[in-house]
Amino acid sequence: MKTRLMLAASLALLSFSASQAAPTRGGSMVVSYKDDVTTLDPAIGYDLQNWPIEKMLFDGLLDYEVGSTKLAPRLATAMPKVSADGRTYTFILRPGVKFQNGRELVASDVVYTLARVLDPKTKSPGQSFYTGIAGAQAFIDGKAKTVSGLKAAGKYGVAITLDAPNAAFLNIMAMNFAYVVPKEEVAKAGADFGHKPVGTGPFKLTSWPSGQQLVFERNPNYFFQNLPYLDKVTVKVGLDPSVAFLSLTRGEVDLLGDGIPPAQFLQVVHDSKYKANVLQRTNVNTSYISLNTGVGPLKDVRVRQAINMAINKTKVLRIINGRGVLAKTYLPPLMPGYDVAEMGYKYDPAAAKALLKTAGFPNGFDTVLYTTSTDPNPRIAQSLQQDLAAVGIRASIKSQAQSTVVEAASTPKTAAMVWSGGMAWTQDFPDPSDFYWPILSCKSAVQGGWNWPFFCDKALDARADKADQMVAPGQSAARLKEYAGIFSALNKQALWVPIYHEVRYMMKSDRLIGGLPELEDPIHNIVYERLSVTK
Amino acid sequence: MLGFLGSRLLQSVLVLIVASVITFTLAFLLPADPARMVAGPSASVATVNSIRHELGLDRPFLSQYTSYLNRLVHLDLGRSYKQSSEVSALMASRIWPTVQLMLGAIALELLIGLPLGIWAALNRGRWPDTLVMGLAFLGAAAPQFWLALSLVYLLAYRFALFPLGGYGGLNHLFLPALTLGIGGAGWYARMMRSQLLEVLGQDYIRTARAKGQTPALVLLKHALRNATLPIVTMIGLDIGTFMGGVVVVESVFGWPGLGRLVWDAIRVVDIPIIVGVVIFSAFAITLANLLADFVQPFVDPRVRYR
Repeated sequence: MKTRLMLAASLALLSFSASQAAPTRGGSMVVSYKDDVTTLDPAIGYDLQNWPIEKMLFDGLLDYEVGSTKLAPRLATAMPKVSADGRTYTFILRPGVKFQNGRELVASDVVYTLARVLDPKTKSPGQSFYTGIAGAQAFIDGKAKTVSGLKAAGKYGVAITLDAPNAAFLNIMAMNFAYVVPKEEVAKAGADFGHKPVGTGPFKLTSWPSGQQLVFERNPNYFFQNLPYLDKVTVKVGLDPSVAFLSLTRGEVDLLGDGIPPAQFLQVVHDSKYKANVLQRTNVNTSYISLNTGVGPLKDVRVRQAINMAINKTKVLRIINGRGVLAKTYLPPLMPGYDVAEMGYKYDPAAAKALLKTAGFPNGFDTVLYTTSTDPNPRIAQSLQQDLAAVGIRASIKSQAQSTVVEAASTPKTAAMVWSGGMAWTQDFPDPSDFYWPILSCKSAVQGGWNWPFFCDKALDARADKADQMVAPGQSAARLKEYAGIFSALNKQALWVPIYHEVRYMMKSDRLIGGLPELEDPIHNIVYERLSVTK
Repeated sequence: MLGFLGSRLLQSVLVLIVASVITFTLAFLLPADPARMVAGPSASVATVNSIRHELGLDRPFLSQYTSYLNRLVHLDLGRSYKQSSEVSALMASRIWPTVQLMLGAIALELLIGLPLGIWAALNRGRWPDTLVMGLAFLGAAAPQFWLALSLVYLLAYRFALFPLGGYGGLNHLFLPALTLGIGGAGWYARMMRSQLLEVLGQDYIRTARAKGQTPALVLLKHALRNATLPIVTMIGLDIGTFMGGVVVVESVFGWPGLGRLVWDAIRVVDIPIIVGVVIFSAFAITLANLLADFVQPFVDPRVRYR
C-alpha cells in the first residue's frame, strides 16, 4: 500500500516537472483552413487568417507578449525613447538580424517598409494608420519623394516623428503593416511578393502549390535562438470545415484554424473526451445592429433607444448555440477603457412601445433590416424582426452578399438598420480609439465609410482627439476614463444595438502542445512560433 | 468540311466576345465596391479611394472596358485585386486539377450510367427498368453537398478506403469524381435507355436477328453504334460544364479547381478573376461543343457537315 502511494506520488512529481520543462524542439504540425490564403505581403494581407501566418515570416519593431496585450520590443532592443513633446519616437535595432536571403536588417529597411505602406501604389489597407507621421500626406500626394518624419539615424537607429502625439502609436507600430520587408526582394518579385515573401521571421515559406497548402520550415538563423519550437508547419487550405474535423479526429490535422465547425459544435462541446482539445476565449469584438441616424424615424434618438429596449439578445445567443457573450455597449469587456458599470438598455418591450408612442409612433412604422446571407445571419435577422414586430416596428429583411450589404450600409440615407453578422467590429489593436475613429467619428460618417449610423458629433471628436494626445506615462488611466465618458455619451445616443461579443473556440489534436496564450492570443490568435508537438 | 470548321470557329469567337462584354458589364454594375473589399473594414475612406484609383475603378466604363479588351487580346487577364497575382498564373495552376476531375467524373458517369441504361432497355417494363429509372432520379436529385459529405464519411472516415479530401493521385481523385459521377450517371442512363429502345425497334435490327446474329453481337455491332450520337453530344456539353469548375465538390474535398477559385473571387468581388474564369469557361464550352459536333460524322456516317 505504502509503495503504491510512493509510486503514485513520484509519478505525479515527475509529470509535473515534465510539464514545466521547455517544449520539445522539432516535429511538425498541420493546420487547416477553409479559405485560401490571399497574400502574405504584410503591407497588404490583413485578416484573421493571414496575420498569424505573416507573423511566422516577418517581424516588427514591436510585438506583444504572447497571450497578452502588453507591448514588448522585438526587432528593437528596447521600447523606444519618446521626446519631451511626445511626438518623436527613437528605436534602436538589434544588430545582426538577418533576412532570410542572408542580408542584415538595418535602419533604412524600416524607413523603406513604412514608406511602402504609405505609397498609394502598394494599395495597403493599413495606409491610414500611418498618415499621422509627419510628411506622410505630402508623400502620398506625390508632393515629396520621401516621408520627412521617417529618418534613419545611423545603421541601427530609426526616428519617427508624428504630426501630433498619439497614444495608440506604439500599438500601430506593432501591427503587421510595420513588419519589415527587404527592398531588393520586393523589387525582384514585384506584385508577386505576397506569394514569394522574404522576411526575418522564425519560419520561411518553402512551398505553396496554389489552392492546396503552404509549407513553412524553421529559419535556422533566427535571432531568437530558442524559437521556433517546430521544424515544420503545413497550412492546408480549401478544406471543408466538417472534413477538417474528421481529419483532426483521425490525427491528420493538428489544429482547426477556423475553429469548431458549427455543424459539430454542440457534439464536441458536450463530449467529455474532447475537453482537453477545446480552448475558448471571448473575442475583442462586438456584433451589433447599426441604426442609421439619417433615415426616417431613426433620426429621433428616442426611437433608437426604443429599438434597443425591444431586442431580446438572449434569443440571439441561443441561435448561435451560446457562442457569444451578451453585449451591453460598443466596447468589448476585454478592451481597455471598458466600463463595467455601463448597463446598456434593458430588454423591456413595454417600455419600448411607450417610448415609441412618446416619440410620435403609437402605431410603429415600416423599415428595412439588412443582413448577410450566410447562415446563421438570416435566422438571427428573423429573430430581430420578430422582436421589432412585437413593439410595432414592421421590418422587412434584405438578405444579401456581404459585399453588397457593405456597399448599402456605407451609402448615406440608404440602409436603415444593418445586422453586422459576419462583419463584427473587431479590434485592430487593444486601444479604445480603434472603436471610435473608424466607426463613430465625423471623419468616417461619409460615403464609403464604416460609420453606418452616419453619426457626427464634433464635440466628441474633439474630446477623442484630446484624449489621444495624452501620451505621458502617468496619463494612461485618465485617458481611459475620458474614453469611458465618450462611450457613455455615445450609449445615450443609441447608435447601435450591441448584441454580443463572439466567443472563439479553437480545437487542437492531442499531440499539439499549446494553451490559451499560444492558441487564443488576443492579438494574433495563433502564435505558431511557440507551438510544439509531443515526441 | 473546312467551310464547316471555318464558320463554326467564327461563331465561337463571336460567342466569346459577347460573353466578355456581358460579364464585364455585369461586374461593373455590381452594387459592391471591390476597393472596399481589398481595403478591409479598418481602412479610412481616403485609403479606400486611393486603392480604387490605383485599381483604375474610378475611370468611366468605356475606358475600363477598352483597357480590358486590349489586355485580353494580348492574352493578359490582369492581376487579382485581392491577391495581386496574375490571373492567368492563378488559373493555370488550377487547370490541370480541373481537367483531372472532369475526366474522372465523365469516366465514372459513363461507367455507371451506360451499362445501367443498356440493362434497363433490354428489360423494358420489367423490374430492372424501374430500378434503374428510380436510381437515375435519385442520383440526379441528390444534393451534391450531401452526397459528397456522405461519401467522405462512409468511404474515407468510417472505412478508410480513401484519403479525407485533398489533392494527389487517383486515390484522391476517386471520391470527388464519384460524387459527380453518381449525379450525372442518371442522365446518361436515361439517354442510353431511350436511344437504345428507339434503335432496337428499327427494321435493320430485325434483319440482323433474322439473319441469325447472336443478341450480343446485334447489340454491339448494330444497336449501340446507332444509339451513341446524342451521348457524344452530352459528353461534349459535360466537358464544357466541368471545365468551368464544380465549386461544391471542390469545396468539400479541398480540390484545387477553377470552381473554388472563382467562388472565392465572387465573395470579395475580385473582378479580374471572375471575368477570367467566366471567359475561360465560355471558351471551354464553345470548344467542347465544337469538338462534339466535329466528331458526329465519324460516329454516324449519315450525318453530314452543314
